[in-house]
Amino acid sequence: MIAAFIQRAVVQGIPLLFGSTGEIITEKSGNLNLGIPGIMYVGGISGVIGAFLYEHSLPSPESINPFLAVAIPMLSCVLGSLLMGLLYAFLTVTLRANQNVTGLALTTFGTGFGNFFGGSLIKLVKTDMPSISLTATSGCFRQTLPFADKLGWFGDIFLSYSFLAYLAVILALVSSFVLNHTWVGLRLRAVGEDPTTADAAGISVGRYKYFATCIGSVIAGMGGLYYVMDYACGVWSNDGFGDRGWLAIALVIFAVWKPNMSILGSILFGGLFIVHNYIQSLGVSIQEIFKMLPYVVTIIVLVIVSMRKRRESQPPAHLGLPYFREER
Amino acid sequence: MSMPEKSRREPKFHIVKRSSIVWWKAWLVRVAAVAAALVVCALITVVLTGKNPIGVYATMIDGALGTKRRVWSLLQNVAMLLCVSLAVTPAFKMRFWNIGAEGQVLAGGLATAACMILLGNRMPSSLLIVVMAAASIAAGALWAVIPALFRARWNTNETLFTLMMNYIAIQLVSFFTYKWSVPKGSGQIGVINRETKAGWLPAVFGSDYLLNILIVAGLTVFLYVYLRYSKHGYEIEVVGESENTARYIGINVKKVIVRTMLLSGAICGIAGLLLVGGTDHTITRDIAAGRGFTAIMVSWLAKFNPLYMILTSFLIVFLQKGAVEISTIFGLNDSFSDILTGIIIFFIIGSEFFISYSIRRSGLKKGEKAA
Repeated sequence: MIAAFIQRAVVQGIPLLFGSTGEIITEKSGNLNLGIPGIMYVGGISGVIGAFLYEHSLPSPESINPFLAVAIPMLSCVLGSLLMGLLYAFLTVTLRANQNVTGLALTTFGTGFGNFFGGSLIKLVKTDMPSISLTATSGCFRQTLPFADKLGWFGDIFLSYSFLAYLAVILALVSSFVLNHTWVGLRLRAVGEDPTTADAAGISVGRYKYFATCIGSVIAGMGGLYYVMDYACGVWSNDGFGDRGWLAIALVIFAVWKPNMSILGSILFGGLFIVHNYIQSLGVSIQEIFKMLPYVVTIIVLVIVSMRKRRESQPPAHLGLPYFREER
Repeated sequence: MSMPEKSRREPKFHIVKRSSIVWWKAWLVRVAAVAAALVVCALITVVLTGKNPIGVYATMIDGALGTKRRVWSLLQNVAMLLCVSLAVTPAFKMRFWNIGAEGQVLAGGLATAACMILLGNRMPSSLLIVVMAAASIAAGALWAVIPALFRARWNTNETLFTLMMNYIAIQLVSFFTYKWSVPKGSGQIGVINRETKAGWLPAVFGSDYLLNILIVAGLTVFLYVYLRYSKHGYEIEVVGESENTARYIGINVKKVIVRTMLLSGAICGIAGLLLVGGTDHTITRDIAAGRGFTAIMVSWLAKFNPLYMILTSFLIVFLQKGAVEISTIFGLNDSFSDILTGIIIFFIIGSEFFISYSIRRSGLKKGEKAA
């Protein structure tokens, strides 16, 4: 029971982990990308489009090539979310547009893009399938270690996931290391804290912002892909992804801008997200109150962080502000 | 030049901030941006539907303005979007990023619905409407002032705080829709007070929408005057430009932040009142319909000027209505309108750059060769 709960919590948490790792990298460069929810949608639907076209070109679902079935959706997901990241970076860094407005526009666009193609893809390709259901591709994504279910609770909690889940954890650990222990990370943080000083020290502020935003978008987009291919078993349903993108942004605060913290945070959020299913005799209405928990916890963390004013747990000082060399 | 020719690297272009731009030039850039965006939208629509672009635009205009009912519904939607946009504007002018309008509207709507359900049969309808108005304004203001207090006292990041407050409001509404659902457990409230019409805002000149539109028109004028000609408006502007300057000239920054957010939330509360009491007569968790987020773009596109906002909110609602018509006729998904809205906003956001900055070729003196 507890093992099953933790397992479900991890599965719920993985999309959030992808999203928050991506957003942390982006925010460390001083860009508050509120387009993450849209980018995650685009990542998901791009993967779906890639997989759909691939499955569509096969004579029968049995002849699927597992390598291509994973590689094609992954590539299209990376491409889709990269384009979104580039668009955000172009508008906010090159054209110096307001970050909040750009981000929200990106979310509107991305959510619309996802729902539009999710709802119309079948019509546009003119097949007789009733809905998008990529069970064959999803099967390849959901491959788990063969011996996982023979190891009891240990296997359930630690080894029962598909490769994307481990990729999420690895990406979080790697970005944590890069941010805190390498030159690149130091420079990136400098850009987010004080771009004027960074610029004076010879760091190319624009280039760092571009790269951080694009890499962050790609990582966040994977969260959408994981959700569709793994959690939803390859079935796209409109608005199925829900508010998870915003929850990922909440997780960034909860993890106080530390990717390794967000690994634990994502599991906790995943647990809070589903805990109402595991408490006996809970009325339907009270369940809705329980779904509030992740957001309440986030606010509490946000307030405590701002009250304690510890320097290492503050948001990047230049978060959300544009940088223009001639304006100082 | 003492530097050797080889090591000199100069960019071909550089960017200069314009000190000012003639107003018609600025509008020319904006109109060009919208036109370019419409061309791109047309191209996409043509690719997806295979119809000629003029036909597509005819369909859009028909969808938005085709019948009398559609015109009224368009005006109602413009009014509601405008109302929320007005609400967020004073906060934005102060550089307080209130992205919690969605939640504040919901809080106002929930308070209205609560009054209608709980007090519906206990007092005359006119008194009930007064109570509803007071409750919704108070609820909206409360939802906005919580983040404002924390921002004023501890400098808590308001963008993230207000964003989280949205989802708390959404879940709260979900909770009450289950609690008050008719029939029990269905998760839907349905039309409140269908027989008695208690708490329904009255129809003016036989139109259900006219009262909403008039109230929002009044608010627009009020906000224009408030921001432009009142002392409060001046203080908001100074705090927005520089908090240090504001403190230096003796403005109580904390007070201005809290007061402005109270106003912002109160107007959101009014939007909730108009939505629940005026048109929908029910409450769902989707009642704000993303307006809290769209309003931010509307307000920003209008450069925080309440009068221009009429134009920008009309543009956005027109697009949405038109795109919905296209998607119904061609059997595409409703979300098509979000894609079009997104594209147009990207273009306008991009065009602002060319209004604030100009690109010059790097000046090469006579006789020098380009590096």
